[in-house]
Parts: sequence; C-alpha cells; structure tokens
Amino acid sequence: MADLTTNFLGITSPNPFWLASAPPTDKEYNVRRAFEAGWGGVVWKTLGSEGPPVVNVNGPRYGAIYGADRRLLGLNNIELITDRPLQTNLDEITRVKADYPDRAIIVSIMVPCEEQAWKDILPRVQETGADGIELNFGCPHGMSERGMGAAVGQVPEYIEMVARWCKQYYDKPVIVKLTPNITDIRKPAAAALRGGADAVSLINTINSITSVNLDTMSPEPSIDGKGSHGGYCGPAVKPIALSMVSEIARHPDTRGLPISGIGGITTWRDAAEYISLGCGNVQVCTAAMTYGFKIVQEMISGLSDWMDEKGYTSVEQVVGRAVPNVTDWQYLNLNYVAKAKINQDDCIKCGRCYAACEDTSHQAIAMSADRTFSVIDEECVACNLCVDVCPVENCITMEVMEPGQVDPRTGKVVQKDYANWTTHPNNPGAVAAE
Amino acid sequence: MSSPMTPGIAAARLPVETLTQNFADLHAPLDRHEARVAADRCYFCYDAPCVTACPTSIDIPLFIRQISTGTPEAAAKTIFDQNILGGMCARVCPTEDLCEQACVREAAEGRPVEIGRLQRYATDTLMVKQSHPYDRAPATGKTVAVVGAGPAGLACAHRLAMLGHDVTIFDARPKPGGLNEFGIAAYKSTDDFAAREVDWLMGIGGIALQTGKKLGADLTLEALAGDFDAVFLGVGLGGVNALQTAGEDKDGVRDAVDFIAELRQASDLTTLPVGRDVVVIGGGMTAVDAAVQSKLLGAQNVTIAYRRSRDAMSASRYEQDLAASQGVRLMFNVQPIAIHGNGAVREVELEYTADAGAGLKGTGETLRLPVDQLFKAIGQTLETDAGLTLDGPKIAVTGAGRTNRKGVWAGGDCASGGDDLTVTAVAEGRDAAMDIHATLMGGN
Repeated sequence: MADLTTNFLGITSPNPFWLASAPPTDKEYNVRRAFEAGWGGVVWKTLGSEGPPVVNVNGPRYGAIYGADRRLLGLNNIELITDRPLQTNLDEITRVKADYPDRAIIVSIMVPCEEQAWKDILPRVQETGADGIELNFGCPHGMSERGMGAAVGQVPEYIEMVARWCKQYYDKPVIVKLTPNITDIRKPAAAALRGGADAVSLINTINSITSVNLDTMSPEPSIDGKGSHGGYCGPAVKPIALSMVSEIARHPDTRGLPISGIGGITTWRDAAEYISLGCGNVQVCTAAMTYGFKIVQEMISGLSDWMDEKGYTSVEQVVGRAVPNVTDWQYLNLNYVAKAKINQDDCIKCGRCYAACEDTSHQAIAMSADRTFSVIDEECVACNLCVDVCPVENCITMEVMEPGQVDPRTGKVVQKDYANWTTHPNNPGAVAAE
Repeated sequence: MSSPMTPGIAAARLPVETLTQNFADLHAPLDRHEARVAADRCYFCYDAPCVTACPTSIDIPLFIRQISTGTPEAAAKTIFDQNILGGMCARVCPTEDLCEQACVREAAEGRPVEIGRLQRYATDTLMVKQSHPYDRAPATGKTVAVVGAGPAGLACAHRLAMLGHDVTIFDARPKPGGLNEFGIAAYKSTDDFAAREVDWLMGIGGIALQTGKKLGADLTLEALAGDFDAVFLGVGLGGVNALQTAGEDKDGVRDAVDFIAELRQASDLTTLPVGRDVVVIGGGMTAVDAAVQSKLLGAQNVTIAYRRSRDAMSASRYEQDLAASQGVRLMFNVQPIAIHGNGAVREVELEYTADAGAGLKGTGETLRLPVDQLFKAIGQTLETDAGLTLDGPKIAVTGAGRTNRKGVWAGGDCASGGDDLTVTAVAEGRDAAMDIHATLMGGN
C-alpha cells in the first residue's frame, strides 16, 4: 500500500485528503470525528473578527441539483462564516491540535480589509498551534456584501495587500482561497503570489441559484418566499475547478505556486486528477456532507491502490504530472484522427448513440432493422458524443487511425507528423512550419 | 371449520385472515418514492424495444420520463392514448414476455425497468384524481353496436365514443368487463378494479350498456347489422374444450374458467369450496390461475398436469415460477387417459408422453394421482360464428378487424390473429374502432 503521507508547505498529513472550510469543520465535535474517520487534515470553518458573531438564516441554507436516483450532483449554500464566538473556536482548535499532532489543522479567516483587523486576529490564531491559515476571499454571499469574502477575492490588489499583512503578522504558511466568480483565475493567483502567499486553494463556491419553486415563484433555498444566490459546489463544479487549477499550474507567472485543490472531489479518482493537474493536496466538503466522514476510506484505498499499480511511491510524484499535457486548442494535433467503434458484444441496443448522432450530430451511426448500431466511418468526426451518452462504459471506444491509413471521411491519408492550427493552410494567420 | 387436510371438496379450509392475505395484490403498488427510483432506471431508448414489444405500442420511455419529472398524470395520458385499459394491463400483462423482456436493462443486467408497475403507478394516480380524462368529439350521428364488454369491446367502444359515435355495448353476462371481471386471478385485480375501471372508462359518455344479451340467443348479427351503422364483435371464447377422456362427467370435474369466475365474484372467500387434492389439466394462464388460487384457498396438494414439455407451456416462466413458489407441483409430459371414481372423481390416470419428432405420443407408461377436484384448462372455443367466415377456430379478419361481412368487425380472442391477451384485445378493439370511424365518416 502506497504511503500517502503528504507534505504541503511543510505541513505533514498522513494523506492528502483535507476537509475544506465549511460546516463539517465548524467545531471540535465534528473535527474529532473526522480525524477518527481518517481525514488527513481540516481547514477549520472560517473565523471572523472578535465581537458579536455573524448570524445565519433560520430557514433552509442549502439547495441541490440531482442526477438519476436523486444522486446529489450539486449543492448550493447561503450559510455564512462561523456563527460561534471567536474564543470558543480558538479554544477548540487548540485542544484538537494538541490531541492530533499528526493531522493538519488550517484556520480559515475572514476579517475586514483593514490591516488592524488582521493584526488583531493573527496572533490569537498563532497561539492555537494550528499549522497555517487560509484566507477566505471566496464566499460569494452575505459576507461579500460587507466587503469581505469574494468582494476581496475579485480585486487582485486587495488580495496582494492582505496576503502581505498576513505574512507580516503570522509566521506559518498562508494559503489564499480563490473565488471562481471572476473572469481570469490567474490574476488573483498571481496577486496572492506577489503578496507572498505560500499557496492558493481553489475553487471556492460559484454564484448560483439551484432552482425556483414553481408554486411560490421563489428561488430555492427559500426564506419566507425570497431566495438569494448562494455558493455552488459538489461534483457538478469539478470541471470548472480543474480548468482553473490547470490555468494556474501552467501559467509562467504562477507555475510552481503550491495549490490545494477544491471542487466536487468525491472519489479517489477525482483527487488523483486534481493532484495530477498540480495540486499538492485536496480539500473535500460536499462528498462528506452527502455521505459522512467515512467516505475518506474509499479515497485512501483507491488512491493508494492506483499509485501501487502505477508504481508511484509518494503523492509528490503525481503532483503536476498532467500539467505538461494541458495546452491551448491551437496546439492540438490536427493530424490525429480517430473513429468511434461500437463493441457489439457490450451493446445493449438502447440506441442513445444513434439518437444523439442522428438528431444532433453527424449522422454517423447506422441502425439496422434488428437494432444493430454501427459507426459509418465516412461520416464519423470522432466527436465522442456517442461515447458520452452510452450507458455502458467502454462499449463505444475511440480508435485511433494509424498513419498511412486513409480517413474514409476526408479521403486523406493520415499523417504521422504533428501539425496544428498555427500552421494550417486554412488559418489566415498561419506561420510557415519551421 | 375445515382445514387443508379435510377430505373431498370443502369450503373454509383456511381462516379468513389468511385468505385475505393470500388474495391481496400480487404486486403491491409502487409509492411515489419507489416510482421515482424505478423511473430513473429508464434509458429513454431510441425507437425503444419495449414499445415495439407492446401490442398497444404505448410510448413507454415517454411515460416513464413523465413519471421521473413528477407528472404521473401526463404519464397516464400517454398510456391511455394508446391503451384505455392501461390500468388493467399494468396488472395482468405478461410483461416478462413483452415490454420488460425487451427492456435493454434486461439485456444489460438481467433486471428490466419495472414498466408494468410504473404503468400502474401512473394510471392509478390519474384514475384516483380525475374522473375521466377525455372529451367526446362532436356527435357524428352514427351508431355502433359492440358485442362483448371485455377488453376488446370496451377499448373499441371508448374510442368510438371519443370520436363522437353513439355506442351500445351488449354483453351476455350480468356485469361488464369480460375476462377482466370473470377471468384472471383475483390477486391481479384486487379491490374490484375491473368494475371500477369499466365505470371510469364509461365516463367518456355516449356508451349505453345492455347486459344479459347473448349473441346467438338474445341477439342476432342480422338484427344488429340492420339497427346500427356498424357492428364490432368482441365476444371472446365462451366455449370450453372437453378432455374427451373417460370419466370426464364425474362429480368434481369442472372447467377451470368457471372456478375462476366463481372465485372472482365471491364476496366471501370462506364460502368457496375447493378440493384437498386438486389436479389442473392444461398449460396456459388459466391453468396457472386455477392452480394457484386452489392452493391459496387451502387445497393440500395441487398439481398442474401438462401434456407437453415446459418449453411448450404457454404460461410464462414467471407464471410457472409463481405457481411453484406457492407450492403447486408442475408435471410435464403427462396426459389424462382416464378419470376414475365412483360418482365423484377419486383418481386421474395419466400417461407419460414423448415427442420423438413425429408429434406427441403416449409412451404407454401411466401413473395415477389422487384427486377430488379436477379442473379442465385446455383451451376455450368460439361459441357462435354468427354466420361469418372462420379462420381455423376463430372469426377470420383482415386489416383492422374486418370480417367477411361488410359493416362487421371483430377483435379480441374471438378473432383470428394475435395472442389471446388482454393487451392484444385492447389493441384490436382500438384499431377496429379507428377503421370503423374511417369507414363511417369516409364512406369507404
């Protein structure tokens, strides 16, 4: 079994699975249970300034999107930062860290964008013995209206400024948590780096309305007939987060900046994907909120088995492995030609590939009277839609054509050389190949 | 009170509580949650095989999607548009041989989408909520006689009434419903569903019902053809095949269909007598229904004796397994050669059979089973041809149920073609109605 011990910013944890700053990490009781279940670390739910704690709504805080069989695919929330007294949280953090020295505890913080506010809270956090802090510049609701959370995260200059204060008044690692509610994730990441932050974590939740109650005409979750946008998370946001992570991982200005990956991580595979795109560890919330803390056991066994199978002996060896393969569209090899192939033994004859291709794509699948579905190579552009809609995994595959073969669709011989859009004759701005 | 061990034919072999339990719904209805979970399994196949397998061509993927999106009433309309007796079909269809056998998830996982139970969920939901979901077209002034208030006749009458024609249904029995009411095992149509469904169906209006009118006795085709613009015959198969075995006239030997009808009409199952040792001769659904219900009434030993092999049995494997699970013994390749007893039946003598390629033949080897009630379930026959051309034992029809006589259509079990299933009868009744409509309105 591969050793999953992870060193992130010098913070060691027995595995790369941390619980994200959220309701599961709001108090000692939950965090102790999480550690007993096997989680490698937690980011404690966001602390605010000393004073009367924030208040939450007293009605529903969550809305959801479901797949088949009511499988929760997306969750949105309008909960705020911790609504418990600051000292209570600090005391609990101190106790739990003392009892679990091998686990990572990061304290999430959100205080006003004033130097004094940070100067006040950071020494108190330092005293807890926690391993680091995460700056919550991401919450898109409630706090952002008060000039905190996403309101800071959407202004790179503020990020840089606050990160700098934190590095000035706090000795341990500083992680900046990024909001996805911006147009270019590289800008806030670069700002965090300039401010001296040790790492970024992303993504925070996405502005969202999950549904509308068609009887009351209120967005959900509905509070007395009104709804407000909340923060969206869960499996549905993973593709968005992966893309943002990859952008930071491969951009010259931010390359090498440690990343803690967040966004819909539900299985070991999701985690491995984040790590391969450059994350030093991952943070999980929705999966735990859906299934409980026990799910970390699958993540641990799955990641470990996969690493064994691949011959990786540490998580570090996986970090960033896929980053070199993330490129821009213009650099994709246009000489790469594939064709869909339907394995007749696996086909259950549902015809979804046919409907998808015939109605919405390239009319490249034939249907016989006995419901045999087969690909018409002369029409197939290898778009992959049939693969995506097929209910049976690996029943339809994309078969690569060998150089020298003739693509029956174009009548052209498949070239073995790499050639992309930048040199393509149809590109008005094409440059001659060197 | 008697018990399963009581010799001879006796009532009240089981306490009333046990009987109530035994004759409860074979498949309990799905609740809302179960229906949503079951509906989520449908893949919404293209040109779905389940639809092709359905004699009434219900748009199954669409109605299941309508259930999954929380609109079971719309799902029911999708069903009723094709099959106005979709409620009963959801209960009695051999789905394991039809839609569910064709389901791609049967191929994929050996476990199809529960189409039948989902259909029941949708149709039950609408029937509870809504009096009747269809309106009649403006009156056409045309009249149609429908003979037989079974599935074929009811489906035909409803469609004709919907299209604006005035329909009169005649039925020989005191109640409408045909085999839905008098055939079919009780545990498939509980809570008087057949009668409730007919009431609901008649809610369309424009259908007059006359019971106690039998073709060939109280009615003639000649008179009907003169009095109405068109006639549809859905008279079923009222006759019963005889065993033609020595001793068939002994006490305790009766037709399975009569037993089933009596059971369906019984208000108190404790009054219904059944033998201790029951033997059912036959291999179809009627045989299974009679055998299982005998067992459920408290018969000690029940045997189905079928002259051919299991593969040839017309009752589905599901029905065979149902019978076996209730403790019915299934015997294959045995045929009755004599019924013994002094006045009342005491033993049936069976001969083993074999088919060496030249047809089924007795092997000469025999055995005897003790029996105090013997049910004959070897098929039903047409009672009257009403002067129409026959195709084998049934009324010959072409196209959408046209008989050789102009203005006379036929469908259901009495007509040639198709399986003898409720759902097939509904399809034939419906299609004949459309053809009658086209004929009456178009004059062709």
